[in-house]
Amino acid sequence: MRFFEYEAREIVRRAGIPVTDFGFAKTPAEAREIAQRIGGPVVIKSQVLSGGRMKAGGVRFADSPEEAEAHAQAILALEIGGHMPRGVLVDPKAEVEQEYYAGVVWDGTRKLPVMIFSPVGGIDIEQVAAEQPEQVGRRHISTILPLSDFAAKETIARAGVSGGELTKIVPILRRLAELFLRYDMTLAEINPLGRLPDGSFVALDAHMEIENEARGRQRELLLELGVDPTETRQAREATPFEIAGEEVDSSDHRGVAGNVTEFDGNLGLVIGAGGGSLTLFDAVRAHGGRPANYCEIGGNPSVRKAAGLAKLVLSKPGVERIAVMMSIVSNTRVDIVARGVIKACLELGYDPAEKIAFFRIPGAWEEEGFKILQKYGIDYADRSVSLNEAARRAVEKIQGANEEAVR
Amino acid sequence: MRVDGTFIAVEVSEQAAADQELARRLAEVCPVDIFRLRTAAAESGGSADALEIVAENVDECVLCRLCLDTAPAGAVKVIKLYDNEALLA
Amino acid sequence: MSILIDERTTFIVQGITGREAVNLTRECLDYGKGAQIVGGVTPGRRGREVHGVPVFDTVEQVVAHHGSPIDGSVVTVPPAFTRDAVFEAIEAGIKLIVIVTERIPRGDVAQMVELATLRGARIIGPNCLGIIVPDVIKMGGIGGPARNAAQAYTPGPIGVISRSGGMTTEMSSTLSAAGLGQSTAVSIGGDAIIGSTYAELMPLFAADPQTEGIVIYSEPGGRMEAQLAEWVVANGDPLPIVAFMAGRFMDEMPGMSFGHAGTIVEGKEDTTAEKIARLQAAGIAVAERIEDIPEMLRELLSQRQRSALAAAGSSTEGSA
Ligand code: SF4
Repeated sequence: MRFFEYEAREIVRRAGIPVTDFGFAKTPAEAREIAQRIGGPVVIKSQVLSGGRMKAGGVRFADSPEEAEAHAQAILALEIGGHMPRGVLVDPKAEVEQEYYAGVVWDGTRKLPVMIFSPVGGIDIEQVAAEQPEQVGRRHISTILPLSDFAAKETIARAGVSGGELTKIVPILRRLAELFLRYDMTLAEINPLGRLPDGSFVALDAHMEIENEARGRQRELLLELGVDPTETRQAREATPFEIAGEEVDSSDHRGVAGNVTEFDGNLGLVIGAGGGSLTLFDAVRAHGGRPANYCEIGGNPSVRKAAGLAKLVLSKPGVERIAVMMSIVSNTRVDIVARGVIKACLELGYDPAEKIAFFRIPGAWEEEGFKILQKYGIDYADRSVSLNEAARRAVEKIQGANEEAVR
Repeated sequence: MRVDGTFIAVEVSEQAAADQELARRLAEVCPVDIFRLRTAAAESGGSADALEIVAENVDECVLCRLCLDTAPAGAVKVIKLYDNEALLA
Repeated sequence: MSILIDERTTFIVQGITGREAVNLTRECLDYGKGAQIVGGVTPGRRGREVHGVPVFDTVEQVVAHHGSPIDGSVVTVPPAFTRDAVFEAIEAGIKLIVIVTERIPRGDVAQMVELATLRGARIIGPNCLGIIVPDVIKMGGIGGPARNAAQAYTPGPIGVISRSGGMTTEMSSTLSAAGLGQSTAVSIGGDAIIGSTYAELMPLFAADPQTEGIVIYSEPGGRMEAQLAEWVVANGDPLPIVAFMAGRFMDEMPGMSFGHAGTIVEGKEDTTAEKIARLQAAGIAVAERIEDIPEMLRELLSQRQRSALAAAGSSTEGSA
């Protein structure tokens, strides 16, 4: 989950890294008050999670509190990348002699965090790494040994930085790595880190992302930052359909029947598990099908839960039929899923043989499952029919029906 | 006493349904809560049965046979409605 | 032969009294030649039994009870307790740890992997179904109940490595139906950081005389495929590999995660298009459909055979 800049800066401040005397405002009047307190030229920055704020006009400079208020008003009404700002950050316009970059991320190959430092800051670090690789220092750090200054020292020195700069930046980079580990971050970045005329350093902007799996144990931090526990901050906000999917999944602790994502096609998908869903979704599209949704079933859900998911998908506007398909199951049961999807059809007043375009779930309890499918006249297949072929048949059926309707 | 779902029906003989101890054990073994002890309040409503079959859970039956193993032979029947009323044996 | 485990492998189940762990224990005991599960651990439950397997409070107690070192552990404890359980297993001298648990924060996984590396232990997972050697042994829930596992997996020359547990079985079943059995199939887990990647298992398969070819299941997210491509190039391509790439639709949906925690497109390197290009550049065949895998593999195997014969022929000529 991404943090807004004002939250990220607060995290940086708590870690003992110097920050500017910034303030967060939700209204133009609040922005004006903060500008007054700062008492000099300020920068007003839109607080949205999407990038490209500068280009979109979401960052403006003001010389007086009145100007700050006017800019805040404009920015608060400005949508950026499909998102309205949560507020504005009012920052003293610092006189900066040089901008640096400091960051910590995971390296999945080495399975360790890596500290990254560059004396070229304020721009994308990937760009610096591509154009001036000698200006970027990297060093992996241990997750079980106590964090020690020398690691930060080496990282900075590898970027060719020495002298007073080096010794002053060492504690900043070390603290950044400490907060990265302590707060389960997946990204902790100060960019730019500014050197002021007096030689001191201050974080001018920060970017933090916390791992979703760790939100439970970081409850305290999130609470103190005022983050609502239900906020997901996905790249795309959840639709009502997707939220309903969550509700189906949490209605019953047994198994998974959810992880729903909405698409705008006519073929509803009741698919599983993780890898099987990805494979099937690709296959439906490869055959020219238009999925109405993505979802996942797994972990042996109850009949009720499978029915709940199928009902949700069947009730989605535009859905003509559903395809019920999974890779070979060994924990989830074929008969239970069959009961669930048939029940969903019956309860909505549909003929299951009509509404279920194709059923392909081989594996545990398939003998019982196939008996149920036979009884209701549903087109199904065992493992001799591949995931790809099953997807093709489902698509063919829905397109065949449409062609008939046109005729 | 017999309760039919869409896919499964569960039948318990009158004698077994009146057996308090058996009812308790059935409620305990069934992993999907198809059997429930009748509460004292409901009991005063007239039925002599100690046991209740929970209609909304009948279709959740996982065919595990635990109820059959718990009750005397023939006292509990699990019927597959999708398979010509075949009995779970 | 197989990799990682064989019929002599002894292991324990940590969290053995949990619902899924009880099933998993049954399945492993029943499968193939019957796993040697020498004990289970659930703190506070010493003295119990799960399908005849004695339960202890600590790993140390199981080791003492067994009287000699134990090879492996299957860890199925909740995410908040997994790091502790894995540390305990590693410090008790266990060298192969299969972590079934999902939703473990990366920081914990990194710590477990780091300690394992220090102590010479190997981790498979987290968020995986484990390892299976067809008709011999399975360690983890892979393939499900013994009967189901026997239906999908058959012994043979192909090594399978998969980021998806379910797809390990789906692909192996397809191979089996085509007459291509498996030497060992490993579900490596779907998280962003895992104990053993494709490239880290390849040396074991390359050294295994039974294994003649490899099939991998792959997804968007991470650098694991690039790492495999690098390994193949650096090691002279010792085994033919066919890869299947799922989640192609995700290339157009940056920032969203589907299927597994590690499956997310954050940069160009994460996309399936980029991964496929890298794999192919290293000489790895990429299948469009799972049903194409057996034929592609056969073709690659016979190609190798022909060039091996040709090489043998020319070397005899040279020496003559
Ligand atoms: S067979 Fe199992 S699930 Fe079905 S009613 Fe009996 S105890 Fe309950």
